Amino acid sequence: MKGKLACAVLMAPFFLLLVTVFLIPTGTAMWLSFFAADQPGLGFGPESTVFVGLRSYGAVLSDPTFLNSMFTVVLYCLLYIPLMVAGALTLALLLDSGVAKLRGWMQMGLYLPHAVPGIIAALIWLYLYTPGLSPIIDLFAKADVRISFLGIDTVLPSIVNIALWSNLGYNMVIFYAALQAVPREVLEASVVDGAGPVKQALRIKAPLVRGAIVTVGIFTLIWALQLFTEPMLLSQSTPMISARFSPSMYIFDAAFTRNNYGLAAAASVILLAFTVALSYGVTRWTNRKAG
Amino acid sequence: MTLLGRTTVNVVIGVSVLYTLLPVMWLLLAATKNVDALFNSDLFGGFSLVENVRNLFEMDKGLYGRWYLNSLLYAVIGAGVSAFISIAAGYAFDKYSFRHKEKLFGLVLAAVMVPQTVLALPLYLMASEAGLVNTFWAVFIPALFNPFGVYLGRIFAQGYVPDEVLEAARIDGAGDLATYFKVAFRMLGPGMVTLFLFQLTTIWNNFFLPMVMLSDQKLYPVSLGLYQWNSSATVSPEYYPVVIMGSLFAVLPLILAFMFLQRFWKAGMTSGAVK
Repeated sequence: MKGKLACAVLMAPFFLLLVTVFLIPTGTAMWLSFFAADQPGLGFGPESTVFVGLRSYGAVLSDPTFLNSMFTVVLYCLLYIPLMVAGALTLALLLDSGVAKLRGWMQMGLYLPHAVPGIIAALIWLYLYTPGLSPIIDLFAKADVRISFLGIDTVLPSIVNIALWSNLGYNMVIFYAALQAVPREVLEASVVDGAGPVKQALRIKAPLVRGAIVTVGIFTLIWALQLFTEPMLLSQSTPMISARFSPSMYIFDAAFTRNNYGLAAAASVILLAFTVALSYGVTRWTNRKAG
Repeated sequence: MTLLGRTTVNVVIGVSVLYTLLPVMWLLLAATKNVDALFNSDLFGGFSLVENVRNLFEMDKGLYGRWYLNSLLYAVIGAGVSAFISIAAGYAFDKYSFRHKEKLFGLVLAAVMVPQTVLALPLYLMASEAGLVNTFWAVFIPALFNPFGVYLGRIFAQGYVPDEVLEAARIDGAGDLATYFKVAFRMLGPGMVTLFLFQLTTIWNNFFLPMVMLSDQKLYPVSLGLYQWNSSATVSPEYYPVVIMGSLFAVLPLILAFMFLQRFWKAGMTSGAVK
């Protein structure tokens, strides 16, 4: 009996938070998506909230700007996630190969950007993308190459680069730690079998850290689908990023610029469902491949 | 491995490190320059480090100092409280058993998946209902919630606190809560530091929620303040050196925290991922 009380006391603060800042808001978002503020005839009299069923969902799904934002974020994920996973894994394998020099220092250097807040990382890169401020653009200009990082075709890769820069080292450390846990006997056996270092890395080590790859992949996916900070900041400097560039920006715009709560809530629920479905799909897919 | 192989490995790593370090170096260098030198990409001219620092803290009646203090309050106190709450819940998940425990734990894990943007509008409406919009609490309270911290807390409790120790304390007649605070909590110390660091980074990075909740500039954290100053810079370039210097100051506490507490973040990241 006493034990139960202690357990409840230890868990209570967390579950109080879970209910107030997670469950109730999630429920509210769903509830809001079925309602809309309707003005009575001619716009006189008090506003009232009326049940509109799936109308907001219909409005969101037939809004080309929302579909565009979904398309953008999917394209962003397709560019960003493979680059991130492959890049971080390659670096971890290289650092684990036994011939890398100054391993500790290199890891620190690679990890450093993760200690730079997202908005600051975006600011630094924005300035490195800005003609006049950027030494990179100057360098290209000296070689007679005109380059624009914030043009219509380059703005998405530019955002991918910011995210890659911020998180590459972090994920590398996770992979590296997983590689350290690979039993040395397995590696010795593969050397006896005549596997070279490259073959060993790709055929033996990489498959053995599959768990870490899936974890990193899913966390990167969930995080990438929320794309907001970087395009929000870049939009201050380039007309190529509209106020509804990504789904999160669409939700922000609907809720706080257009004050259309029903629309924002419906878009939120769609984004949430999309995130859950994709994470679930990836988990299922990787489990089946394992089994 | 062949000499060529060795060289390739080290060159690839070296180039990657340059990629991660050079932008930070640029920030350091740019922070020492005045507007003219910045725009002429004059690498070594226009030194005005001291002036830039003074301008930063004098701009808009010393708003930056305010923002910095706010960020410290949000992040340091928030991360401390959050780590304390998460680790207690994680410990309870590991050491007690009750009906539907794993289902409840599944709910905690599911919370990791839900985007901030989905919660922002409802949280705003709730805060506005409670009269908390545009106050310290509107940003502070939601940031305490860290479901991933509970997950890590459970792993730490499993690893650091042996059940025999708790059994021994129980035989000595100590109550469960007394045991937690006097015995287990000390063993969870390193895990606590890890969770603190994680949440410190998250809250220091926090941008979306403050943007939704706050309209009073005096309550802004550094992230939101610099965002606003950057939009001013597109119109009046004298803001550029200030934003750059402000960014440099904003990066320092996290870099220092990570350098001094390296082993703790490593422990947290790896136990979270390898499992």
